[in-house]
Formats: sequence, structure tokens, C-alpha cells
Amino acid sequence: MAAEPMAARPSDGVSHGRRVITAWLVVSAIATPLVVVLVGPLLPPGNASTQASQQVIDNTVITGIVTPVVCLIFVFFVYALLNFRAPKGGALVDGPPLRNHAGIQIAWMVITSVTVLFLAGFGTYELLQNGAGGGQGPSPVAVPGGKKIAVQVIAQQWEFTYRYPGFGGFESHELVLPEDTYVVLHVTSLDVVHSFWAYELGVKADANPRVDNVAFVRTKAPGMFQVRCAELCGLWHGYMYNNGHVVSADQFHAWVKSQQALYKPIAKYLPGFRREYLPAPVRRGG
Amino acid sequence: MAAARRLIGFNLLTAIVLGIGGWYAGWFGAHAITGPSLDWFSAADYNEVSVFMAYIGGVIGFLAGLGFLNYPFARLRGYPPSLREKETGGWSRYFSLCTDHKVVGIQYLWGIGLFFFIGGLNAMLIRTELLRPAHQVFPAGTYLTIVGMHGTMMMGMMSSGILGPFANYFVPILIGARRMAFPRIEALTFWLLMAAGGILTTTIFFGGFPTGWTGYPPLESQANAGMDCYILFFALVGISMTLLGLNMIATILTMRAPGLTWTRLPIFVWGVISTASLMVLAAPVLIATLGMAAFDRAINTTFFVAGGGGSNYLYQNLFWVFGHPEVYILALPGFAIVLELLPVFSRKPLWGYRLAVAGLLGVTLLSWMVWQHHLFVSGINGDLRPFYMLSTELISIPTGFTFICGMMTIWRGQIRFTVPMLFCLAWFFNFLLGGLSGVFLSDVPSDVTTHGSFFSMAHFHYTIMGGLIFTFFAAVYYWVPKMTGWQLNERLGKIHFWTMFVFFNSTFAPLFALGFMGMPRRVVTYDPSFQFLNDWVSVSAFLLGISMLVFLFNLVWSLAFKKVPAEANPWGSRSIEFQLPSPVPVHNFDRIPVFTDDPYGYGEGPAPQWVVPAGAPAGRE
Repeated sequence: MAAEPMAARPSDGVSHGRRVITAWLVVSAIATPLVVVLVGPLLPPGNASTQASQQVIDNTVITGIVTPVVCLIFVFFVYALLNFRAPKGGALVDGPPLRNHAGIQIAWMVITSVTVLFLAGFGTYELLQNGAGGGQGPSPVAVPGGKKIAVQVIAQQWEFTYRYPGFGGFESHELVLPEDTYVVLHVTSLDVVHSFWAYELGVKADANPRVDNVAFVRTKAPGMFQVRCAELCGLWHGYMYNNGHVVSADQFHAWVKSQQALYKPIAKYLPGFRREYLPAPVRRGG
Repeated sequence: MAAARRLIGFNLLTAIVLGIGGWYAGWFGAHAITGPSLDWFSAADYNEVSVFMAYIGGVIGFLAGLGFLNYPFARLRGYPPSLREKETGGWSRYFSLCTDHKVVGIQYLWGIGLFFFIGGLNAMLIRTELLRPAHQVFPAGTYLTIVGMHGTMMMGMMSSGILGPFANYFVPILIGARRMAFPRIEALTFWLLMAAGGILTTTIFFGGFPTGWTGYPPLESQANAGMDCYILFFALVGISMTLLGLNMIATILTMRAPGLTWTRLPIFVWGVISTASLMVLAAPVLIATLGMAAFDRAINTTFFVAGGGGSNYLYQNLFWVFGHPEVYILALPGFAIVLELLPVFSRKPLWGYRLAVAGLLGVTLLSWMVWQHHLFVSGINGDLRPFYMLSTELISIPTGFTFICGMMTIWRGQIRFTVPMLFCLAWFFNFLLGGLSGVFLSDVPSDVTTHGSFFSMAHFHYTIMGGLIFTFFAAVYYWVPKMTGWQLNERLGKIHFWTMFVFFNSTFAPLFALGFMGMPRRVVTYDPSFQFLNDWVSVSAFLLGISMLVFLFNLVWSLAFKKVPAEANPWGSRSIEFQLPSPVPVHNFDRIPVFTDDPYGYGEGPAPQWVVPAGAPAGRE
């Protein structure tokens, strides 16, 4: 265990610390705007709804903050691993016994704390505007104002059906929404836990039996979006997806009429509309 | 003759025989109580009570066969207390109840390794299924069982992945003790874990379970008897973790050698305390939760049944109260290993010792306050989401302490790129990506898209596989020569590292993109447009599997065939375990050492010799 103390290293007149920090500042000053401009627009889930656009902003802000952090660690390690290698072979030589540096510790704590508090504050601000498309439970805290149409999403193994209480309460296998409209989604389940995920609309809300999980979304231009189940719900979980449509107001009303006509024969057998459904208790046992 | 007696004594063989006997005793006993059925031998005629009773009987038989009941009965019959069981003897120690903490450590290494291998094979099967967008190889139910077994096996068994082998082996040595505080409980934690692993493997005979590792009801209440294996597995793992944690805390609190003050404690021991305190407090929640789930299934209680006055939210809440500390049970030992090894291979003191300890304890504390970030879109407590967003993001502050301490430790050091050091450096890369992807998941608006997608799957593989498994291998390459007395092959180690690092990233980095593109987790089919990336991931995963085979080959080749004796101190470490011969003698120290410093005084003069040989005079200079 050869342990000969080594002379302090930076006797060659350079400050390693200053070099790393300069390199980091330069690299982040170039990388951060590049990443925000080039990667930002690619971030999910797109601009099909107000909530989706808002999530893109969140993702872009986080990416922009994360980039200098990545740059710092990368620049540091590239510099350290290139410059502080022990010579191959030969006896073990100890490095300088640096045990602490109050300034570095305080600076690190302050910088990480400020970053983290900013992120939490920004996320809260974004969330409280309109719920950001997430399921908020039966008594939502972030309720956007204005007129909304209600759609109930009823999940069961293994499909979603959609009930339109404002249009006579018919229940359809397709999700069709009018353009440029605020929609309240009441998500519930008849059996196990599912999760209603309309990817392009930026909506995700768990479907729990006996729970009315509310999410808000404001549609934009007409188009198609995908609906998937995002919570493991048994055998055919992977098959639980289909497409929904955002259409113009005229098309929407025409579609509503056709659905009302289509389901008229069975409408009288449907149970009355409720925000939540009582599932049959799943019992087994000895 | 002696060999024959060895076979009949209390060992793994008798344990398996009695375990099977106990299983059938429980099965028929429960049938007799719950109402004799026409065909007692038919698997179709089971009820949940008989399944639970069968496995409980099996576990009791297994433990009795190992001899765990001998000592209590001996005490009842008036024999004097004795501390040790089967500490000496040849290979048979490893297959029986042994109270030598070093034997338990090696048992853990191979036992955990076995189940890590099974869990890894499951991962290979998952990736085989996902080669094509349509469902092709396995029936959907089998696929879900494979997914569930992979997750449950890894989460359950690898909770003790570093504490089991390395803390059991090295904590007594590092604190200058000759044993753990409760040696029989130490052995019990290992054998309970093996019983648990066996039970989870037998789920395939009962139709598997469809819920993944989280086991959410009501899907759990729907599932067939394979679900009971999941419940019993996790409950036994919980018991094992609680006991392991208690044992570690008791040992570290009470058995430190003279001079080993709290600020001289190796940082690895601090990591063990943090992890152990999480285990002791979190695992009982899991046991209780699964107890309620078992009652729901077996005797018609309705704790988690919405229609019966219960709530499935209750399960989700309780599960994640355990589940989030659990992921730090997996991650924290990794932090500690990195901070322990960096000084050795940079030949500098650990920078900011107190800050590093504060980081470990800060993560431990904060990990209790974040669990509902798993439930951001579930509709539970919508108004508490800003709080959980804040607390989750706060965790990156103490995690950052680990980063800055590690980075400043290698700063201006004399870095040697040995295999353990490479694994530690890879930790920084992996955990950086894992941690920063966690920022997206902790931000509620971003989480609405990423929750339950491949993005979160990539995130926790980066933190757990990149954080725990990489440091696990660092510890293996660093300490196994000390544990076995044989060197591991350096060249094969480097091949293992580089293939693992490259294919690990090549496997999991594309999953971030897939999650962003909208691929949900745990699906057997997916959108055809995702196929290219999925195929890329599958091929990388197979190569990652091959990299693990390189490690296995290295282990078997070096330990069983090549057998190059390891030096006492191959790394030039100042830590006390490297002042002992390799492998460490049965009673560790001839005389209890007296510590004068922490083990990180590189560059501060010659290393103090704390281990005093047997023949040395009593007085110290």
C-alpha cells in the first residue's frame, strides 16, 4: 500500500475548475437553445388540444432546464477522466487530500434548490390553469371557465364506450368530439382499473369502479386521435385501443342524430345516466 | 458414511422434502376444514384457503427441514443458550442453516443471482414477444404472467441485492465485529427469500397472475390461484426485508468497535442504515396490505372491493406507501457503493463526507412523502398533486449531494480504470439520465402523457438497473475476490462492462422515445409504426443478455477452474476488510480492532493498521 503524498497538482499554473466551468458555460450556451429549438417541437403530445399544447410547453421547459445539467455532468466527466488518470503501471500514488470545500457545497445546494423550486412552481402554475388534461377525481380543483359539453367514458374489459348525457344519454362505441369546444370527460369503470388515454389530446385519466374521474380538454381543429388503455387491466389490455375523431360542429350534430337513431331501439333498456356505476362485487373464495 | 449423514441432516434436501410434505399437509388440512370436496387431488377443485394454507405449510416445513426449529425446541428442553450453528465444515454449510455472516453473504450472492437470472430470462421472453406488433409467441395470459414475474422477481429479490450479499458479509467486518447482532435471524432472512422465490416460480402451475408487480385490485380479485403465489411471495419478501433491516440497524447501532464514531463510519455502512430503516418501516405496510388482499380473496372480506364498501384506491395508496420507499431500497445501496469505491480508485478522500451522509438520509426521509406521484392521474386527491410534485422534485436535491460528492472525489485524483471503477462511473451516466427523466414524470402536466407509458418504464430501468445492477456488479468485482479468495478475470470483466454498458443504453434509451410516441406499458400488441424501435430494443436486449452470460462465464471460470489466489489487498484500499486475509477467517478478527480514523485518508500519510494479529503484544504503540 504505497501511499506517498503527492504534491498539489495544479502547480502547472492552470485552474482546472475555471476551465471546466468555462467549458460548461460555452457548451450549454450553444446546446440549450439548439435543443429547445430543434427538439422542442418534436416533444409530445402535439397540438391537437389546448392541454396538449400546454404539455408540449412543459416538456420544452423541462428539456431546456435539463440540458445544462446534462452538459455540466458530461463536460465534468470528460475533463476529469481525460486529465486525472493515474499513470499505467508503477506504484500507487495518492491524490491531494481534499476533503471539503464550503463554497462548492453551498453553491451546489443553492443552484439545485432554485432549479427544483422553479420547476415545482412552474408545474403547479401550468397544472392549475385547466388541469393539464389529467384526471382530477370527482371534485376537480382546476376547473376552466366557460361552456362545456360532457362526455362520459365508461371503461370495461376490454373496451371504452362513451355516453353523451347532454344529447339524450345515448352510449356509443366511438368517441366523436366537436372542434374548438371545451369537453368534460367523466371517466369511470364497470370492473377493474383502466386508464383512458387520448394521446394526441393530451388526456389521461384512470377509470376506477365507482369513481367519477373528471378531466378537461379543449379540442382544436378537426382530426383523428388515438385512444388507448394505459393501466394493466387483464388479458386483452394490449388490444384496448381505437380511434376517436374531432369533427366540425355540423358533422358532430349529424353524427349525434345518427347515433340517436341507431341506439333508439335499445335506449330504453339502458340504465339511467349516473356519474359513477356500482360494479357487481367481484367475489371468490372459500 | 459421513456423506450420507450429511444428506440426512438438516439441509436444503430435507428442507425441500419437508417443504413438499408441509405443502400437502396444508392443502389437505384446509380442504378438511373448508368442507371436504369430492376430489381432493384435483387442481380444479381448489379454493383460495387451501392454496394459502398449502404454501404456509410448505414454508413451515421448509424452515423446519433446514433446522430453524431445532434451537427453539432445544431451549424449551432446557439446553443452554448457544450462539452459533454450523459455522465450520465444507461445502455443506452453504446448503444449510449457517450463522456465519460470511457464509450467509455468499449464499445470498448465489441465491439472488439465481433469481436474477430467472427474472432476466423473463425479460428475454418479453422482448421476444414484442418483436412483432401483433401478438405472436405467447398466449396473452402467459405473456402477462411473464411480465408480472419479471417485475415481481426483480423488485422482490433484488431489494436485498446489495444488502443481502455485501452488507451481510462486510458490515460486521467494516464495523469491527465478529458477527451480526442476530445470526439466526440473518440466516432466516436468506432462506425465507429462497422460499419466496420458489413460491413465485410455482405460480405457473396455478395459471399465473395478470396484474404485473403492482397487483392492483379489482383485477387481483378476479385472477386465479396464481395470484395467491404473488401475494405469498411478496409477503415473505416483506418479512425477510423487515428482519434483514432490523438486524442491520441493531448490528450497526450496538456492535461498532471502539473508536468507530459516526463520522468514521464507512459511507457504505451509512447507506446500509438508510436502506435498512426504509426496509423496516416500509415492508410491514406491504405485508399488511397483502394480508388484506389475501383476506379479500380467501374469506370474502371487501377491503379493496368498491361494491362492498371498500376501495381499490386504498390498495393503491397502501401499495405505494411501500412501493416508493421500495424503489429507494433498490437505489440507495447503489449510491453508497459508488461513494465507497470512488475514493479507492481515485486515491483521494471521500469529498464532503457529511454532505454525502446528509444526501443518503435526505433521500430516506423524502422518499416517504412522494408516493402519490404514482397516482397523479388516478383521480385520488387531485388537490394534493402540487404537494407531491414539489416533494418529488425535492428529492433531486439530496440525490444531487451524492453526485457532487462523487464528482469532487474523483476531481484531481489518480483515477484507475479498474472494472469496479468503470461500473461506478457508468452509474453517473445512467443515474443522470434516469434521474432527469424522472423530472418529466414528476411534473404533472408532462406526466399526463408519460404516465403508464414506456417512458416511465425506461425511467425506472435507468434508475434501478442502471443504478442498482451496475453498482451490484461494481461490488461483485470489488469484493468477490475478498469473499472467495479467488481473483476474477480482469479482461473478461472489461468485456462484460463494455458490452453491458453499450447494450443497456441501446436497450433502454429508445424506450424513452417509444413512451413519448405513445406506447403504453405491459401491452402484448402495439401500433405497427413502433415496430422498428421495438425490434432495435429487442435485439439490444438479447445482446445485453449475452453480456450477462459473459459475466456468468467469468464467475464460473475464475472461481471454479482458473482459481488464481487473490491478494489480501488487490486494490490498495485503506478499508479494514482489505487488512484481513482473503477469504476472511471464520471469526474475522483475532482481536477486536480499535479504529483511529475513517478509511478514506488517501494522501494523508500511511494507512493505519487496525487489524492486530493474534501473536501481537497486548499493548499498542
